[in-house]
Amino acid sequence: MTEALIQVRDLWKIYRLGDVEVQALCGVSTDITSGEFVAVMGASGSGKSTFMNILGCLDRPTRGTYRLDSVDVSSLSADQRATIRNRQVGFVFQNFNLIPRTSAWENVELPLFYSDVPLHEQHRRAREALTAVGLTGRENHLPSQLSGGEQQRVAIARALVNRPSLLLADEPTGNLDTQTSIEILQIFQRLNREQGITIVLVTHEPDIATYPERVITFRDGQIISDLQQRPATLRERTSVAAG
Amino acid sequence: MKLLRMTLRTALRALRRNKMRSALTMLGIIIGVAAVITMVSIGQGADAAVQNQIRSLGTNLLMVIPGATTSSGVRSGWGGVSTLTAADAAAIKKECPSVAEVTHFKRQIVQVVYGDQNWATAAQGSTPTFQKVRDWPVSMGEFFTQRDEDTANRVVVLGQTVVDHLFGPGEDPVDAYVRIKDVPFRVIGVLEAKGQTTWGQDQDDVLVMPFSTAERRVLGTQFLGTVDMIFASAGSTEEINTATQEITTVLHDRHHIQPEQENDFTVRNLNDIAKASESASKVMTNLLLSVALISLLVGGIGIMNILLVSVTERTREIGIRMAVGAKARHILLQFLVEAITLSMVGGLAGAILGIAGAQLISYFAAWPTLLSPAAVAGSFLFSGAVGVFFGFYPARKASRLDPIAALRYE
Repeated sequence: MTEALIQVRDLWKIYRLGDVEVQALCGVSTDITSGEFVAVMGASGSGKSTFMNILGCLDRPTRGTYRLDSVDVSSLSADQRATIRNRQVGFVFQNFNLIPRTSAWENVELPLFYSDVPLHEQHRRAREALTAVGLTGRENHLPSQLSGGEQQRVAIARALVNRPSLLLADEPTGNLDTQTSIEILQIFQRLNREQGITIVLVTHEPDIATYPERVITFRDGQIISDLQQRPATLRERTSVAAG
Repeated sequence: MKLLRMTLRTALRALRRNKMRSALTMLGIIIGVAAVITMVSIGQGADAAVQNQIRSLGTNLLMVIPGATTSSGVRSGWGGVSTLTAADAAAIKKECPSVAEVTHFKRQIVQVVYGDQNWATAAQGSTPTFQKVRDWPVSMGEFFTQRDEDTANRVVVLGQTVVDHLFGPGEDPVDAYVRIKDVPFRVIGVLEAKGQTTWGQDQDDVLVMPFSTAERRVLGTQFLGTVDMIFASAGSTEEINTATQEITTVLHDRHHIQPEQENDFTVRNLNDIAKASESASKVMTNLLLSVALISLLVGGIGIMNILLVSVTERTREIGIRMAVGAKARHILLQFLVEAITLSMVGGLAGAILGIAGAQLISYFAAWPTLLSPAAVAGSFLFSGAVGVFFGFYPARKASRLDPIAALRYE
């Protein structure tokens, strides 16, 4: 058997706030195989966001190892982690985090700034990513001229533009209405099925967690359940919304 | 390369977005650079003008002036008594190795008459070496020779001002006869126009004739052989001080001056005068320059201030850039490029303004200005350095942000 894309062993994250020690993660171990679509659930303060930041190489664990694509990334320098974020990881945030007063097109191209992709290739890839999220014809709009759903699509296109092996979505539907949320999840599902991109989706909404095929639940910095499920399909979703 | 282009584009856009703010930030640099260039232009222009005037008196010129005499308790300053003679001049020429040429003269105001025109001017009786020592060529005709001097010939060389007053336009003064104190003289040459001295005297309002002619036929004298002044030229600029020493020693001996006595002559050289005026204008230039540099520094602090505001405003943007793979040095570069763009654009605008300012001042105030390419390039580069120096702190602050905290920043 080949090694899992994400291999986490006994991960600890301890923050020190003055004299108080906060244990955000207490010995988390799990594997996520390439091509999986995983939901990470938990109440706020359960450690799921910390887990996600470590998976995305934005943060480093206090103890334990994290191997991404067979590379131990828990001990890399800040610059090396920046390279990993650039090449292997795509982020989608709750509040979209697009750069204001900068066109959708340029927002999508942003990760390519910091890679060695040549300029003509850069334009081609940005177009490809925008097409993948169904956002053609609005490339030159500014974020303020786009709806929430459209902004999140731009953010997804940006996450995809460097062809990462891992897509991390932190409450991506938190600021969206139900219909738009479903559209965004559809995009995730399609990307996962058609392009085989591994997706880790952090959420606290049980509704949303029905779409992935696996649900990991956190409480107090530990994994309390890790279940496989048959993901909800498009038709069932529509009937739920109607009912 | 691609990164640099993108960074520059991002920087320009960020600055364009806050046009008013960017312009006000640049103002300090603009004023500083413009002030430096204008000040240096005026300073160098004034300096060059003064140096030119001083040099017009002659190269490496030493003046020996009679005077500083104490006779039975009556003291007088230089020029008080005629204590110098033509023989002194000859001795200087003979005994001072550092002296290349010597001339001496006697001068008196005389009335010159030509046809129905007349003009009062300074008549100088001098030697054929006058021309060499004063570095003063003729524009027409020729200067008198040793033969004219030996035979006390009645020939005269006129200054341009005298020619202008006596002769009509287009009239050839050479070979014309003029009368000086009722003695007819043949004009053999016209001296090139030299213009005014530093102290505003018209150097061209003069006529020169052989010393012997002046002494015997025109000016007359109480004591034969006394002269008003001796001019000597040192062999080179380096020899000026040695020449001064040698002349002092020679005259000291010839005049039998006792150790406790004051000298009855004074040796002055033009380099001292030039240096004095140069150092005066240097002090002024340096003062103005330091004010201008302070303005540049204040401008730099303005840039730093606005960049710190910008870093805070764009904290989340920095977080986003870091999340998608920007390294610390990318962020550092971006803000540094913004700072340098601000200061260089300001420097360029300041340079244009400074050059225009110098031109306007020389046009309206009629001050001589000399545009110094070194000052323009120097102040422009300095403004760039100000950008780097004052941009570095905010840029480093931005590059050290924690990506997670920056992403959450509200």
